Amino acid sequence: MKPIEYIRPDSADAALDAIRAENAKFIGGGTNLLDLMKLEVETPDALVDVHRLDMGGFSDTDGNGLRIGAEVTNTTLANNSRVRKDYRVLSEALLSGATVQLRNRATTGGNFLQRTRCYYFMDTTRPCNKREPGSGCAALNGPSRIHAILGTSAHCIATHPSDMAVAMAALDAKIHTRKADGASRTVAATELHRLPGDTPQIDTVLEDGELIEAVTLPAPLGGTHLYRKVRDRSSYAFALVSAAIVLRIADGKIETTRLALGGVAHKPWRAEKAEARLAGQAPTEENFQAAAEAELADARAEGSHAFKIELAKRTIVAALREAADRENAA
Amino acid sequence: MTSLTINGKAVELEVDPRTTLLDALREHLKLTGSKKGCDHGQCGACTVLLDGERVNSCLVLFAGCDGQDVTTIEGLKDGDELGAMQRAFVSHDAFQCGYCTPGQICSAVATLKEVERGDASAVTADDGDIHLTRLEVQERMSGNICRCGAYNNIVDAVMETGGAALQTEAAE
Repeated sequence: MKPIEYIRPDSADAALDAIRAENAKFIGGGTNLLDLMKLEVETPDALVDVHRLDMGGFSDTDGNGLRIGAEVTNTTLANNSRVRKDYRVLSEALLSGATVQLRNRATTGGNFLQRTRCYYFMDTTRPCNKREPGSGCAALNGPSRIHAILGTSAHCIATHPSDMAVAMAALDAKIHTRKADGASRTVAATELHRLPGDTPQIDTVLEDGELIEAVTLPAPLGGTHLYRKVRDRSSYAFALVSAAIVLRIADGKIETTRLALGGVAHKPWRAEKAEARLAGQAPTEENFQAAAEAELADARAEGSHAFKIELAKRTIVAALREAADRENAA
Repeated sequence: MTSLTINGKAVELEVDPRTTLLDALREHLKLTGSKKGCDHGQCGACTVLLDGERVNSCLVLFAGCDGQDVTTIEGLKDGDELGAMQRAFVSHDAFQCGYCTPGQICSAVATLKEVERGDASAVTADDGDIHLTRLEVQERMSGNICRCGAYNNIVDAVMETGGAALQTEAAE
C-alpha cells in the first residue's frame, strides 16, 4: 500500500504552502473525496485538511449581501436565518440534497468542487475521459440516466451533481479564492465550472492548489424563491432535473426571473435564454412553455437519458407556474 | 497521534492517515456497535455523533477527529440500562436483523435534537416550531437504510421518543 501524508495546517498561508506537495489535495468534509479514494478514482499522495483554517463563518457584506466562509457546513448554511429569509432557494436546494449525516460534514467550498456521480467515472474498469483522458466514454454507449443534455461534447456527457451550486448560480454568487502563489481572485458561480469540450478531466476554472476561502451572495432579490427537484426517489437521490427559481412579478408582468437548472449539464446551467424570453412578459402558461422551449432548443441526448429533454421543459414550466402562483398570492 | 474523547473516555491512537473513524472504532478500539454497511456513505449503518452531530463515520478520517468528541451506540445507554430511544426500538419492534439498528438509533437521537433546535428539513414548510410528523421523520431519517423494511416501526419509535402522538398515514 502506498504511503499517504495527512497535513492539518492552521492558516491559509500554511495550507497554500502544504498543497505544493506532490499530488496533494485539499480535504474538507471528505464526503466525496474519501468515497472516491476508496474506489481508487482519486489517488492523492497527501491530504491537506482545511478544517483548522479560520475562513470566517457568516458576515454581512457592505452591500447588504452575505459572506459565507468556505468551511461552513451544508447544514449550517441551510439553517442560517438570513439564508432562510433572504436566499430561500439556497436553503431549499441544500436541504433537497444528500442526508443530514452528509450535510453535517459537507462544506460550502467542497460542495462546489464535488465530482460527477456518473457511474462510469466511478468504475475504474470502464473507459472514462474524465478519469483517464483519451480512454473513451462508456456513458455514450451504455445505459444513461443521470447524464447531460446541454453543453455536452463527444468526449463526455457527465453532469455536475450539486444542488447548492445550482441555487448559487441563480443567485449570482461569487467565489473568492487564493491561488497557490497567494494571489486572491473572485470567480462568478456561473463561471466556476466548465463545459467538458475535449478536456473533460478539468471540472472547474480553478488552478491546481487554488483554495476557495469564501462565497458571497449579493443583496437579496426579494420575490418568490423555489427549488424544484425531480429524482428517482423522494429523498436522498441526485437530481434527474432540478430548477432553482427566483421570480418577482409586479403589475401583472414578470419583473425578475432567475432560473438555473441542475442535472442537465457539466455545470450548473443558468437559463439565460429562458430568462430573456420571460422579461417583462405576463406570467402565463404560454410564456412559461415558450421560455422552456427556448432554453432546451439546443439540447441533445442520444441514449436512454433522452427523456430528460422533455422532463427539463416540464420541470421549468411547473416550477415557474408554482412560483408565479405563490408570488401572486403574496 | 490522535487524541479524542469516545463515549466519555479519553482515547489516544496512531493509525494510518487513511483510516476512517469507523475502522478505528471497529478494528482498533473494538467498539463494534457501529456497523460497516456500504462503506460509502449511502446506507447510514455507521452513523455516530461527532461533537454531538450525526455523521457517516465511514467518510470521516480518524486523524481529523483530533480534539473532538465521539458518541457511538455504546455511549447511548442510560447507566446500565438501555437509553430511551433504544427502549422504544425494542418496544416497537423497530428492527428485524438488527444490522442497521445502531446507526438508526444514533440518527434518531440526533433527529430529535435537530427538531428541537428548529433545524429545517426539505419537507418543513414554515420556520418556527417544527412538528414531528411522520413525513418529517421519514425525510430526516432517509440517510439510514433498513433492508428488512422496518421503517414504519422505526418511525413509530422515533415519534414516541420525541413525544409526538402516533398517527396513521391515513390520518395525516
